[in-house]
Amino acid sequence: MSKILLKKQLSKDVFLMKLDAPLIAEERKAGQFIILQIDDDYGERIPLTIADGSKEEGSITIIFQVVGKTTHNLAKLNEGDDIPTLVGPLGLPTHIENFGTVVCVGGGIGVAPLHPIVQALKEAGNKIITIIGARTKELLILEDEMKALADEFIVCTDDGSYGRKALVTEPLKEACERNPKPDLAIAIGPPVMMKFCSKTTEPYNVHTLVSLNTIMVDGTGMCGGCRVNVGGEAKFVCVDGPEFDGHKVDFDNMMARLNSYKDLETKAHKCQLDIEFELKKEGK
Amino acid sequence: MTHHTPEELARQAKILYEELFPKRDELKPKDKLQIPQQEMPAQDPIERGKNLDEVAIGYTEEQARVEALRCLNCPKKQCVDDCPVRIDIPRFIKHIADGKFQEAINTIKETSLLPAICGRVCPQEVQCMAHCTIGKGLKDVEKSVAIGRLERFVADWERKNGQIQTPPVKPETGKKVAIVGSGPAGLVVAADVRREGHHVTIFEAFHKLGGVMRYGIPEFRLPNEIVDEEINTLKKMGVEFKTNFVVGRTRKLTDLMEKDGYSAVFVATGAGLPMFMNIEGENLVGVFSANEYLTRANLMRAFDRENADTPIYKSKNVAVLGGGNVAMDAARMSLRLGAEKVYIVYRRTEREMPARVEEVQHAKEEGIEFLLLQNAKKIIGDENGRVKGMECLRYELGEPDASGRRRPVVIPNSEFILDVDTVIVAIGNGSNPLISQTTPDIQVNKWGNIIVDETQKTSVDGIYAGGDIVLGAATVILAMGEGRRAAAAINKQLAG
Repeated sequence: MSKILLKKQLSKDVFLMKLDAPLIAEERKAGQFIILQIDDDYGERIPLTIADGSKEEGSITIIFQVVGKTTHNLAKLNEGDDIPTLVGPLGLPTHIENFGTVVCVGGGIGVAPLHPIVQALKEAGNKIITIIGARTKELLILEDEMKALADEFIVCTDDGSYGRKALVTEPLKEACERNPKPDLAIAIGPPVMMKFCSKTTEPYNVHTLVSLNTIMVDGTGMCGGCRVNVGGEAKFVCVDGPEFDGHKVDFDNMMARLNSYKDLETKAHKCQLDIEFELKKEGK
Repeated sequence: MTHHTPEELARQAKILYEELFPKRDELKPKDKLQIPQQEMPAQDPIERGKNLDEVAIGYTEEQARVEALRCLNCPKKQCVDDCPVRIDIPRFIKHIADGKFQEAINTIKETSLLPAICGRVCPQEVQCMAHCTIGKGLKDVEKSVAIGRLERFVADWERKNGQIQTPPVKPETGKKVAIVGSGPAGLVVAADVRREGHHVTIFEAFHKLGGVMRYGIPEFRLPNEIVDEEINTLKKMGVEFKTNFVVGRTRKLTDLMEKDGYSAVFVATGAGLPMFMNIEGENLVGVFSANEYLTRANLMRAFDRENADTPIYKSKNVAVLGGGNVAMDAARMSLRLGAEKVYIVYRRTEREMPARVEEVQHAKEEGIEFLLLQNAKKIIGDENGRVKGMECLRYELGEPDASGRRRPVVIPNSEFILDVDTVIVAIGNGSNPLISQTTPDIQVNKWGNIIVDETQKTSVDGIYAGGDIVLGAATVILAMGEGRRAAAAINKQLAG
């Protein structure tokens, strides 16, 4: 059980929540995630990356996009409400050291999990080049927070409504072409974005980490639903990941697996429309 | 085997009961050998394929008492020696024959806390029933006295009559014991350690308690209500439960001892990473581990498609790979979820199947087709990466291998395609790496299973382990046997 301490709407369908979770706040490290469930009997377990946390306050922050029934219902909860199931921190933490220059790419909601990793990399003394992007201006999140941590900061939108009109792969390619090239790249965002970021860095031989958000049930290695093909081997995102070498991940298989329950997604789509409608009603 | 209705079985038992009981004291062993084993009444095979209710309904009083009359009350009590928790079997059975059901359940509870569960899921045929004199006399272990059915009968009798008694707990000692995992091994340790007056906390990673008895074994074989009841008894004894707590991640195991004041920890994290076949196509959409399939259906209640948010694959034709109890559970679950055709694909013969005979029989009655001496070669996907078939190979039995079972040998060029849209892999589990990843001092073997001594103690003082994390894949009762030993060692440690 975990109380919602704070709720903020970051963009049209993206919400931030600060949750009372002292034990998770104590143990969590950059790159780790939690699983939550809103109804203990019939609810679904969904993994969400921890975007921030405070040991002093005993809280963690999650940022989520409304994409299905569970995130829809989560967005309807308010400050003071309880989330019955919250478990974590899960997964292996990001390996942090002073690599030199790290180019950090966040796409859409992927900026949220990227944030604590950039924080940790910065603390370790890395030079940070941050690229964040979204389809359009309203979908950009955490711009100020990310800017504050970056030595170089690039914003782009697909439609040119804000910052540079480009896909994130364009400035990423330019960063790879520099001399010296970056020592490490981290790309977090929608699967297709991570796929193309990995493709972008591969010819330059820039080691690239991606953080995968696959379907999970238990999140502790028991079910194997989250497995992905990495370098020809089946790996479990929950215990072997969530971060993997982007040059080795079979993204096409992963995207197909993310669509395992596509026939049920019409339901999720309807939820999405509902929330847009509700927000419109509330004049947001 | 033909299905007999519960009414028919009850009627026959009643006739036998009226005939036998007036002269029960005159019955000689050879007369007892003549008493037919009482069949377990079960739901109609076709009907039950459409519901989640328990398949086996349980004996009537007459059936139980007639079955109990078959016991010879042998002085040697070989059955007790073969029971991992050493229940005094002849004594409790005698009480049933006498109609003293309370005494019968009390006898069982002297050594076992979970009779309603064990009576349902223990493999009695390889334990207590294996050396039963009646079974030997009839040259068929399956015809031994039906000890498990009798155990279940009195456990259910106690529950239905609201007679469940909370075991007494000694005065508080102020010492604390942590248990990691609320499955069968953990529950047994909790009971045994709590009885001595120590404070016990069970940490469970999931949001519901019971471990494999909740997420793995389906409702139709072990109803949740029964698991809840056993856990309630522990709650009444004062055992504390913390759900949504992954020891190793939410808190380090060593922190429990060094910072939180636990004097001993029992690690019973259970089955770990599901194994796959390492064949082509195993990551296609529509291939599941049995763990995932069953967890979705059981724990996450996806069988209730209307109400559950957790989806489960809609399958028409299902292949389940494996021959154990988990394979039977997954096959029978997929049938209940609406699959039209379900195959068990197993590369040896039925004789080598690790599943209980009763489970195999139930699966067959329900219409599950057994493809024996066959195995998957690769899984074939369509253009969207979803399963559309499975290429199989045929096998024949060759020489015995290290396990003593005859080794299956591929028949060359025997490939054929099985028309399936779902493949469920039920070939066992590797060990879960969570505790060893986060507690490096605990020694594990090359498979990642925790190494323990004869008292279940690990390489670290104060830390014990038992159940599947030690044994690999085993049974509920073996996990309980390990728990029993660990609890004794923990109690000894705390007393010293």
